[in-house]
Amino acid sequence: MSTKQTLVVIGNGMVGHNFLENLVASNLKDDYDIVTFCEEERPAYDRVHLTEFFSGKTADDLSMVTEGFFEEHNIKIHLGDKAVSFDKKNKFVTSAKGVAISYDKLVLATGSYAFVPPVTGHDRENCFVYRTIEDLEALTEAAKTSKVGAVVGGGLLGLEAAKALKDLNLKTNVIQFSPRLMSAQLDAGGAQMLANKIEALDISVHASKNTQKIVDGDHCKHKMMFADGTSLETDIILFSAGIRPRDEIARKSGIEVGSRGGIVINNQCKTSDPDIYAIGECAVWNEETFGLVAPGYNMGRVVVADLQDQEASFTGADMSTKLKLNGVDVASIGDAHAKTADSLVYTYQNGADEIYKSLVVSPDKKKLLGAVMVGDASGYGTLSQYYLNGIELPEHPDSLILPARSDESVGLGPDALPESAQICSCFDVTKGQICSAVESGCHTMPALKDATKAATGCGGCTALLKSVLDCELEKSGFEVNTDLCEHFAYTRQDLYNLMMVHEIKTFDDFLEQHGQGRGCEVCRQAVGSILASYWNEYVLADGQMSVQDTNDTFLANMQKDGTYSVVPRMTGGEVTPDGLIAIGQIAKKYKLYTKVTGGQRVDLFGARVDQLPPIWKELIDAGFESGHAYGKSLRTVKSCVGSTWCRFGVDDSVGLAVELENRYKGLRAPHKIKFAVSGCTRECAEAQGKDIGIIATEGGWNLYVCGNGGMKPRHADLFATDLDKETLIKYIDRVLTFYVRTADRLQRTSVWMENMEGGLDYLKSVVINDKLKICADLEAHMQNVVATYQCEWKTTIEDEEKLKRFRHFVNSDKTDENIVFVEERGQIRPADEDERKHFALVEEV
Amino acid sequence: MSNWIDICAESDLQANSGVCALVEGKQIAIFYMPKDNGLYAIDNYDPFGKVHVLSRGLVGDIKGEPMVSSPLYKQHFSLTTGQCFDDDTVRNEVYAIRIEKSRVEISLEG
Repeated sequence: MSTKQTLVVIGNGMVGHNFLENLVASNLKDDYDIVTFCEEERPAYDRVHLTEFFSGKTADDLSMVTEGFFEEHNIKIHLGDKAVSFDKKNKFVTSAKGVAISYDKLVLATGSYAFVPPVTGHDRENCFVYRTIEDLEALTEAAKTSKVGAVVGGGLLGLEAAKALKDLNLKTNVIQFSPRLMSAQLDAGGAQMLANKIEALDISVHASKNTQKIVDGDHCKHKMMFADGTSLETDIILFSAGIRPRDEIARKSGIEVGSRGGIVINNQCKTSDPDIYAIGECAVWNEETFGLVAPGYNMGRVVVADLQDQEASFTGADMSTKLKLNGVDVASIGDAHAKTADSLVYTYQNGADEIYKSLVVSPDKKKLLGAVMVGDASGYGTLSQYYLNGIELPEHPDSLILPARSDESVGLGPDALPESAQICSCFDVTKGQICSAVESGCHTMPALKDATKAATGCGGCTALLKSVLDCELEKSGFEVNTDLCEHFAYTRQDLYNLMMVHEIKTFDDFLEQHGQGRGCEVCRQAVGSILASYWNEYVLADGQMSVQDTNDTFLANMQKDGTYSVVPRMTGGEVTPDGLIAIGQIAKKYKLYTKVTGGQRVDLFGARVDQLPPIWKELIDAGFESGHAYGKSLRTVKSCVGSTWCRFGVDDSVGLAVELENRYKGLRAPHKIKFAVSGCTRECAEAQGKDIGIIATEGGWNLYVCGNGGMKPRHADLFATDLDKETLIKYIDRVLTFYVRTADRLQRTSVWMENMEGGLDYLKSVVINDKLKICADLEAHMQNVVATYQCEWKTTIEDEEKLKRFRHFVNSDKTDENIVFVEERGQIRPADEDERKHFALVEEV
Repeated sequence: MSNWIDICAESDLQANSGVCALVEGKQIAIFYMPKDNGLYAIDNYDPFGKVHVLSRGLVGDIKGEPMVSSPLYKQHFSLTTGQCFDDDTVRNEVYAIRIEKSRVEISLEG
């Protein structure tokens, strides 16, 4: 007979799940059998980042549940079953499917629902809300047959939803009741600046519009009729007019609710029944509801403490927010509207760069009360620390929002923050906790995030976390060693710069001028790659050979038995019947194993080193050239068959793939580079899993960057949309050259971008807006690489001296007798150790 | 007295790189680093990959000790002693080697 009590949690959303995580991490896990109800078919997922569903994140990516969480902690979850009522007298919960569970303690985490204004026609077809993954899926489906979309509501969520409509290629409108956008968070000046920026993104903002009814449209599905007599035609309507607490289960069961809805809680998050708690967006505290996750998480922590009879109170929350809306930085802190009596306001408005900032300070100018930032939110971390920790403001508070014109530093260094300063508000991580994690050995951002959870929620504190980490590392005298190896006290990027400035062309010169010793496989390959990237000379030229890995030295890929594989280029995966026949005949003649690769070409295995030149001679005679499968360089541009043949194709993906592969073939890079081009959004070429991915749209080409498959797959990020071919190639030139110049050795584009300060946005600012004024240079570099391309195999087989290397023995024409093949499924494979012994015996006999 | 076996011309060697010689049935990797007059002979067998490929590895040094790194799994071997840097229990045979009158010669005797 179990002596445990039962704790039931109704709702497995972000807050409900975070509560469960805190619960099982505490001593309480041994005291309770835990049961939770989840109305949706899937357990908790990240609703804050729901919009990323459209930029390629899957439901799995958004999941907040670590694999095996419920099993491991013995939590019974009723998925797809809604708790409909509870009996507080006899203490049991009843679900829609008829499950009845007795509880000792009950936690309500039912969240909120999207408010839909009760206008006539609100329930017409293709009218949606924006709350669950299912909502998004239905919206995506409807968008396929639509041209125009409208979002009702110009708040934070409404603008997120507008971005989603834009991403779905709809002509997008935002309709708002109030005169300004984000009226809860922004003052009039900030809202106007935001509206300008949103309009510049081709999203129409219609202010002060009161929708009265929705009827059949003339050109579109719907016509929205406004109180001022105007109207708007649209195919899709998305309601995002605020959220309301889901309190119906509490109402039904006799728990007190607020006058404007919401389950009333006290400082311990208890409802009117002492055994029942409510947390998150369903709760109302001090007549206030909280539509952010951080306060909900905080309530959950209070409940965990209260269940253990520890002192803890929920006393309201900081509703400051920082976010990026359609690429526009927006932040709001504290009393943004200067409602505090006698407060003073400073405003900075920069029309040229479209930046607006305002500060609200106390009458004595000592304390920060609130702030608004639009267009540039880089000061958010500093300002929120002034606000949250009551740190005394500098003598001239406006210096905090004015651009730094001299070298004076106005930022608040992490050193100035008290130990108690909250760095991450989502997970309530203080500076003190971060410092002790650093002290215990977390010296990288991933390690620190893993240990403290800081910056794993909304991510708004990432930059601040990094600065605390750097500051702590510096203080403890810990120096991050970024040396390439013992022979070069430089990073790869340092070496790249040295090479360009001093025009270094060989490894030996590099070693002599900037290194020590004789080098090693790390620096030789890194320098080899840098030299090849920049000068783009023949990789086997005299003086360069010693820096190439065996794959580059022999222009083939060494396999486990010391033989090589040979991969001729098939641009875009296109090959003629004669080409296929030639490959087949060559493979047959040299008894090679053949396999089709993931990059849409044919790989020939089992060639001895001495066979490589004759094989390549025949391949070149048949019209093939090197596929660079052996190099850290462009591999393939995969493609689907595209509009030429496919019923659904929107554009000629094969044609573009062939053109791109021919343009970038031979480019040496810090790591391999893969491309793909899809002819429509069905994405058969899997372009979003590539370093450079391109998808045809009705308006041109969408460019995705920095994805990869492999050990740690990463979905590529949407970089630019509806590009013409010329612009597309220009952007790719720039991205690739910038990568080649600045990435670390053996760093794929994904890790390169993730480690870049500012990430995707920074990359966009460099490549699209030419922030560093280097685009012309980047393009010129690529033009040089394109113009100086040579097929390395063609050059090699024409050079008698180079061919001397392609024999196993320097003093004999014999071949390596240890290379033995056996047959499997009609082809060769390397013999294993036992088979080789057997073979040796047969030979002797 | 060592018994020197003629292998090849000095010009057949690859600077800062390796070649493989067949010496009385044995595969021997020869590395040449002209800057320090370094000439080394070591068993071509890679005891980790169990194939004969060390001559195709990259050369250099670890803290001054000349070494070759296996092209398969990148273990490092001292060119003077044959000792593997990554595994104390593994050591390759090394051989005496010299250049006489522009000819490369190896002795298999210790």
